[in-house]
Amino acid sequence: MTAFLASIGYNGWILHVLLALPLIGVVPLVLAPAERAKRIALAVTLVEFILSVGLWWSVETISGTLQLTSSTPWIAAWGISYAVGIDGISLMMVLLTTLLMPLCVLGSWNYIGQKERGYYAMLLTLITGVIGVFVATDLFLFYVFWEVMLIPMYFIIGIWGGKNRLYAAIKFFIFTMAGSLLMLVAILALAWSVAAKTGTLSFDYTHLLANAGAAKALAPWLFGAFALAFAIKVPIFPFHTWLPDAHVEAPTAGSVLLAAVLLKMGTYGFLRFAVPFFPSVAASPFVTNLMLVLAVVGIVYGALVAMVQPDIKKLVAYSSVSHLGFVMLGIWAATVQSVQGAIMVMIGHGLSTGALFFLVGMLYERRHTREISAYGGIAKVVPVFSLLFGIVALSSIGLPGLNGFVGEFLVLLGSFGVHPVSTGIATTGVIFAAAYLLWAMQRILFNKLDKRENEALTDLSGRELAVMLPLILGIVWLGLYPKPVLLKIQPAAFKYVESVRGGPAALDLVQRPQEPGR
Amino acid sequence: MTFSLLAALPQVGEMTVATGAARWVWLAVAFPLVGFLVNGALALKRPEAKTAVSVVGTGVLLAAFAVAATVFVQLRGHPPDAPIIVSLWSWIVSTGMDIQFAFQVDQLSVVMLLVVTGVGSLIHIFSVGYMRADAGYARYFAYLNLFVAFMLVLVLGSNLPVLFIGWEGVGLCSYLLISFWYGDKANADAGKKAFLVNRIGDLGVLIAMFLLWWQVRSLEFVTIAARVPGTLPVDGGIIIAITLFLFLGCVGKSAQIPLYTWLPDAMAGPTPVSALIHAATMVTAGVYLVARNSVLFAMAPTTSMVVAGIGALTALFAASIGLRQYDIKKVLAYSTVSQLGYMFLAVGTGAYVAGVFHLVTHAFFKALLFLGSGSVIHAMHHAYHATHSHEDAQDMRNMGGLRKYMPWTFGLMLIATLAIAGVAPLSGFFSKDEILAAAFGRGETHKIWLLFWGMGLAAALMTAYYMMRLMAMTFLGDNRTGAKEREHLHEAPWIMTGPLVVLGLLSLIGGVINLPAFFPAGPHHVLDGWLEPVVAAASRLMPVAMPHGATEWALIGGAVTIAAVGLVLGWKLTLANPIPTAHDAPEDTGFARVLFRKYYVDEIYDALIVRPLVAFSRVVLWKGVDQGLIDGVGANGSAGLARALGWIGSRLQTGQLGFYVVVFLIGAVWLLRTVAQ
Repeated sequence: MTAFLASIGYNGWILHVLLALPLIGVVPLVLAPAERAKRIALAVTLVEFILSVGLWWSVETISGTLQLTSSTPWIAAWGISYAVGIDGISLMMVLLTTLLMPLCVLGSWNYIGQKERGYYAMLLTLITGVIGVFVATDLFLFYVFWEVMLIPMYFIIGIWGGKNRLYAAIKFFIFTMAGSLLMLVAILALAWSVAAKTGTLSFDYTHLLANAGAAKALAPWLFGAFALAFAIKVPIFPFHTWLPDAHVEAPTAGSVLLAAVLLKMGTYGFLRFAVPFFPSVAASPFVTNLMLVLAVVGIVYGALVAMVQPDIKKLVAYSSVSHLGFVMLGIWAATVQSVQGAIMVMIGHGLSTGALFFLVGMLYERRHTREISAYGGIAKVVPVFSLLFGIVALSSIGLPGLNGFVGEFLVLLGSFGVHPVSTGIATTGVIFAAAYLLWAMQRILFNKLDKRENEALTDLSGRELAVMLPLILGIVWLGLYPKPVLLKIQPAAFKYVESVRGGPAALDLVQRPQEPGR
Repeated sequence: MTFSLLAALPQVGEMTVATGAARWVWLAVAFPLVGFLVNGALALKRPEAKTAVSVVGTGVLLAAFAVAATVFVQLRGHPPDAPIIVSLWSWIVSTGMDIQFAFQVDQLSVVMLLVVTGVGSLIHIFSVGYMRADAGYARYFAYLNLFVAFMLVLVLGSNLPVLFIGWEGVGLCSYLLISFWYGDKANADAGKKAFLVNRIGDLGVLIAMFLLWWQVRSLEFVTIAARVPGTLPVDGGIIIAITLFLFLGCVGKSAQIPLYTWLPDAMAGPTPVSALIHAATMVTAGVYLVARNSVLFAMAPTTSMVVAGIGALTALFAASIGLRQYDIKKVLAYSTVSQLGYMFLAVGTGAYVAGVFHLVTHAFFKALLFLGSGSVIHAMHHAYHATHSHEDAQDMRNMGGLRKYMPWTFGLMLIATLAIAGVAPLSGFFSKDEILAAAFGRGETHKIWLLFWGMGLAAALMTAYYMMRLMAMTFLGDNRTGAKEREHLHEAPWIMTGPLVVLGLLSLIGGVINLPAFFPAGPHHVLDGWLEPVVAAASRLMPVAMPHGATEWALIGGAVTIAAVGLVLGWKLTLANPIPTAHDAPEDTGFARVLFRKYYVDEIYDALIVRPLVAFSRVVLWKGVDQGLIDGVGANGSAGLARALGWIGSRLQTGQLGFYVVVFLIGAVWLLRTVAQ
């Protein structure tokens, strides 16, 4: 495979093609008749996915460095370039995105009935924005993609959303903007500080990373700005309230992408920028403890609030707050296991929460309500739906053998050695997760089939099965044989831990104690 | 180079390379798993193909039993000194960590393997008759097969995470089977409760894993057993913490105080499920876990005392509730909780083999009791169904005199009753006697064990009483089912009675696997010798002083007398007065009522934990913090502030683009300069 890829020069063009293809695809989509729009979108996203698969073999897993890098001056005078590259973490995020996109198109097939061209054009634009965020290695470019991603999402919620869509869309936009504007200031300030020291104005990631120490006294402020932007995106308690509203109002594909991919930009930002740039700030007791507390609060609080939601989508939204808390815990505990686990949770949550939103959407298309109390006993009439719902819910609960467990287990195991109390509290999240999901499952699938409207529900169609099958396969595969993925992300996790703990300190933490003298 | 650390650590602790049949032990898991997939597909596509379901469902179990038997024969021929590890694939890898998906074949796991597949096969066969008429027949067998697959992963896993797959997997199947008739909210509630309460215990297993990992950098059983003794001080804080957290998992899974409340509710599932999962196999997983990690528990005498104490207390407490239950399955459920208490008393005392011994005999006689009660319920249900009556088919007050209609079931259940009561020389006598003797023996050096022994003895009296009460109410005296209904009562078909006969035989002579030295016929101490390699290290750390001579005979005499007294009391007192049917019975009063309502523990948990937590989450967290504080004051508040500022700002609006750009630039530069200084 590697040889074949090399023969077509894959490594040289793939990232640019992945960024350009969706935008190019917008052109025929807008010109074609409206009823063709979804077919064109499906074709584009499928090609995008197939092309992206080769990345699995292109990214080597030893060094943990950025690869497939390329850089072209864009605004040379300000040191801004079009620079991209990829490592184990971004590889997984890109693959997750390209995998979900065709499924999102398929999942929107009948859901979107009006302004189809506009809708699918927005979806395609969103792909470019999202992939751009994950592969940009120029901070200014990163910021541009960050904003590019925001706008289509705003429209997807605002135009194709539910009743209260405008409130949700604006809330989403303002929350994210508030953070990202501060981040822009921080990016500029960082670049200028580094320029003052080195004499070159550049937004290049590697250059800034190597010289970020130049920020000196500014560092806490810059870290704070980055951290705020990412914290809102994750979202970390108490910046999470935009999420339930956005999820509830967004159309199915919007919810899926929001949960599966967009939230991961926040945690990705911490892993890639905020912490490695300012390790001394990030590792200071105050920041570490604050973040740990917020992570643990997020886990427990998200789960408890999820438990009492009458609306399925809100329930899933708050469950995201809880799951992303695990990611934050892993990132801030900063051991190899915990960081590897955090990235696994990012992937696993993408699959299982994405799948959960698809299923909720399928239910909504049939009954036009998201109220849990409107259902009950439907396992009798829609057994296949119920089976899939059960599998996905169990993966979200963290049942070992399915994907959710691997990540959570590694996060908790890795964090326990450095922060036993926080981890102990976080572990109670596994109880609450079971509580809210099993309770919801009971009220939707089990109990008496006592509502007339539910008796005629139809089970999943072939198209809907096609949406779910890849996700279910991923859920089982990552649960039973996560090793290939773990190996891909391990070097990047290792590098991150080194950057936080400052080299040798990282090694002390992963070396085992002395062999007992026997 | 730093990445040399990525290589997995070398294995410490002895193990044997897999040869012969042991290499194929994974087939025992694979067969039921295939059964699950086939039956699952049939459940979705062809639920009416019941013959295919029966053949596949029971066939895979018999095949798994054949695998188990073959492995057992190999082990008997060539007993390995160290566990045989069968690695299938590398599961979770990280720096310094390579958790294998691997099975461990040794004397202990083979015992469990035989019990699970053997008793499991019998119960599957019984189910063919019992569930035949149910619309969810295929789904039932799919779940049951899946359960066996997970149960085997649990007992075969060579490390804690793989065990945990089985551990949670059996919990899932238990949940699915308790809620099997999910159309009734009570059943769905019971299933959910079982899963949630078990999750509390699972939290303990997780934390124990984390502690072990950070202490000894391994989760493999052999490596843990090799490293812990040299690494952690005996009865130090860490080893106590590790074992207590492990035990929390056992308390959940094996329904001990204070987490036992899910098991009686679990009777909502089909009765064969109660026999297989909630009596013979899954609920004993906690006992297995302690026996598997016996070295850790032996290194923590404090924890062992807690284990023994909780066990003794549970044995007594649950038995007392069993005294006043009317639902035939509820009596057996509390009986199971109580008997599990005995097993924990054993392993907490350091008598690991006695614990496993009782686990095995209990699997025989309790499975028999549950299946027998299934036959009874089956008959009662048919009788009521035929006459369109809506009386409770499980309430013993509606039974009576069934001996006449179901002589086989009566005779076989009587054997099981005598066995559980501890009548010599039935199986339960030997295993229970060994536990009580061990507790008494330890009492000579640790006085508190005398108390545990006394509690065990009192529980034995109650056990004999409530079991005989069950038999008398169900099978003796006059029939109370109803004149018309009576004509429809009949013995179960042979496909159901057949497995009962086998279990009856095992309950009768099961003691042969570990006869004590005082018994006139041999062979003696077979199980002791068989499990010796597994528990030797722990037994050295925590030796058990078994009483001998006159003391031993006095203990046996006392235990047998107590069993006899309990049986006679249960028989005479139950039949002393006419029993009113459930319909006509007055409500219990006084302490009887407290017992009938199970000391109100469920109500107390509900009022103290469940309701406050839900209310707190809804009122304080969601409505208060989320909507009130963050959104109300925070987000929308700042929106209001922004509107106010916006009004001021609108005064600045000139509509000239250039003006805006200038203002923006001034602002940006000012901001940067301030921050930069």
